[in-house]
Amino acid sequence: MSRAGAPPAAAPTAGETVLELRDLTTEIRSVRGLVRPVDAVSLRVRAGEVVGLVGESGSGKSMTAFSVMRLFPTKAARLVSGEVRLRGRDLVPLPQEAMRAVRGREVGMIFQDPASYLNPVLSVGRQLEQQLQAHAMGRGARARIAELLRDVGLASEIAGRYPHELSGGQAQRVGIASALACRPALVIADEPTTALDVTIQAQVLRLMARLQREGGVAMLLITHDLGVVAEVCDHVYVMYAGRIVEEAPVASLFAAPQHPYTQGLLAGVLDLIEPKPIEVAIHGSVPDLASPPPGCRFHPRCPHVMDVCRRETPPHFEVGDARAACWLHDGAPGAEATA
Amino acid sequence: MSRARGSKALGAFALERLLNAVPLVIGVIVINFLLVSLAPGDPVTALIGEFPAPPEYVERVRAQYGLDRPVPERMVRYLGSVVRGDLGFSFANRQPVLELVLERLGRTLVLMISTVVLATIVGVVLGVWAARRPHSGVDRGATGFALAGYSIPEFWLGQILILVFAVGLGWLPAGGFRSIRADYVGWAAVVDQARHMILPMLALSFRYMAITTRLTRASLLEVMNSDYILASRARGLSERRVLWEHGLRAAALPIITVIGYNFSFIVAGSALVETVFGWPGVGRLMYDSIFTRDYPVLLGILLIVSIAVILVNLLTDVAYALFDPRVRY
Repeated sequence: MSRAGAPPAAAPTAGETVLELRDLTTEIRSVRGLVRPVDAVSLRVRAGEVVGLVGESGSGKSMTAFSVMRLFPTKAARLVSGEVRLRGRDLVPLPQEAMRAVRGREVGMIFQDPASYLNPVLSVGRQLEQQLQAHAMGRGARARIAELLRDVGLASEIAGRYPHELSGGQAQRVGIASALACRPALVIADEPTTALDVTIQAQVLRLMARLQREGGVAMLLITHDLGVVAEVCDHVYVMYAGRIVEEAPVASLFAAPQHPYTQGLLAGVLDLIEPKPIEVAIHGSVPDLASPPPGCRFHPRCPHVMDVCRRETPPHFEVGDARAACWLHDGAPGAEATA
Repeated sequence: MSRARGSKALGAFALERLLNAVPLVIGVIVINFLLVSLAPGDPVTALIGEFPAPPEYVERVRAQYGLDRPVPERMVRYLGSVVRGDLGFSFANRQPVLELVLERLGRTLVLMISTVVLATIVGVVLGVWAARRPHSGVDRGATGFALAGYSIPEFWLGQILILVFAVGLGWLPAGGFRSIRADYVGWAAVVDQARHMILPMLALSFRYMAITTRLTRASLLEVMNSDYILASRARGLSERRVLWEHGLRAAALPIITVIGYNFSFIVAGSALVETVFGWPGVGRLMYDSIFTRDYPVLLGILLIVSIAVILVNLLTDVAYALFDPRVRY
């Protein structure tokens, strides 16, 4: 187990499970009671793989990422149960100091708005140097920073610049350099291209995909953009109101979405090219997590709602190479309920 | 709001600001001169005293000091002599004004600088402490302390400190800037003067400790909730690094501004505190010169204090630019 100062662990072998979440649950205390933005979420990311976590805003996908780091934007949030296994080791029981050694070292994180995630009064080089020093890689930091900046397509002079002197694309490249600085096993990218111009989005996405392939790291990519998913992901989890509703290899998801919510999401994207009947599109909005609907959380918006959906939470049914939490697949030919 | 970076170096900016200050200083002289001329009371009466002097003697004194000339002519002559570095002659002290003011200025600066240093250190430490645990006991204590600091006037606090620590407990001297009866040399003299400075420094710094505490707390709380603090934690930085290097460095900007801005208020406060403690500095001299209608001294003090305030503001801007890479002139 690596602590601060320990030599970097061996690179993960291809196919090894790098991140596994088991029934991860996070709560936020709010004025209207306890909210569970992450409710029994299980997912798996393997080495060399890009896994997408897709959902609308408020579905809990960013909170899932923060739960992995056990670092929340609000003090009211708390990881309450479940496991976060990083290369087999459960991070949940670790004390804060041990978690600190994991953050930025074994797990790198890329944020949505690159400019606001860099300290405006410290130079880019200083911020990267701090990270290397925090993980006992301070020796040779200057050369390493130049190398990192070159890897993300920036000149090494950028190290002397301040965040306000960078464009959005340059700032996000710095963010990527920071996420990869300590050669982590896992990179979590939370809407990494959302704040960027469309032309820059494609560049940054290609850069991330290339570095991910070359380094063999596992990547959890959080996005609401199905175009991004189609372009870079191998496997996709769809999240709705704090729960995973569908999981599938990316090709299967786009070819044959199994959950009505996923079908609706895809209809929203594809109807320009291939018009769908109007009833497939999703009506209404994401439920209030302080008092979620009983049974399947999607039932108030579902075009196929049945009685059972209002009463009981659907388990995940295996449908071909996908898994969907929807009662429509109960007893369907080839479908099999799993945990 | 966008400023072109590096178009001018900081030195050039400072020089430009200094040159811009020249008309400002002239304006200050003119306004002060007019204000003093309009003030009631006759310096000649103050000079000669209350006893009835023969009118022809009064007239001779008036002519000797040029006080019989019209105000505009006196102002132009005063400006001319200021440009030559001559601030006039003190009626009451029988000494050139510049010499007198500079002699007293040193003692006031010692008091003011130690006040600023003390207030900044105590204020920042208390503010950081309070911001780390908002709404805790420490935070409430710091907030209560700040409220007291805002509302207690310096001169009253000074008198209370004298009553408690000098008269009551007898720990520290009640006034003056050194012991008159003992003849200390070397370190003993330094210690003696430091002991005399403690109470005036406390009286003067209390309010600025409070202001700095409040501001540090508010500024740091805001910064610690920002995205880049979360990001620095996500990079695995220790909480100490996050607080002192990321948090406080970004939170320091408003604190620097207010320290510079406070300087002019500390000048005003020092006049009261020096009077209460009999500290023979510029503040005390200003108070005395108002009472004795010693106008050249009053004008000289106002001029030198104005220049000092302009210089401190300039230093504040330079410090701001050094701390915040986004600020370039």
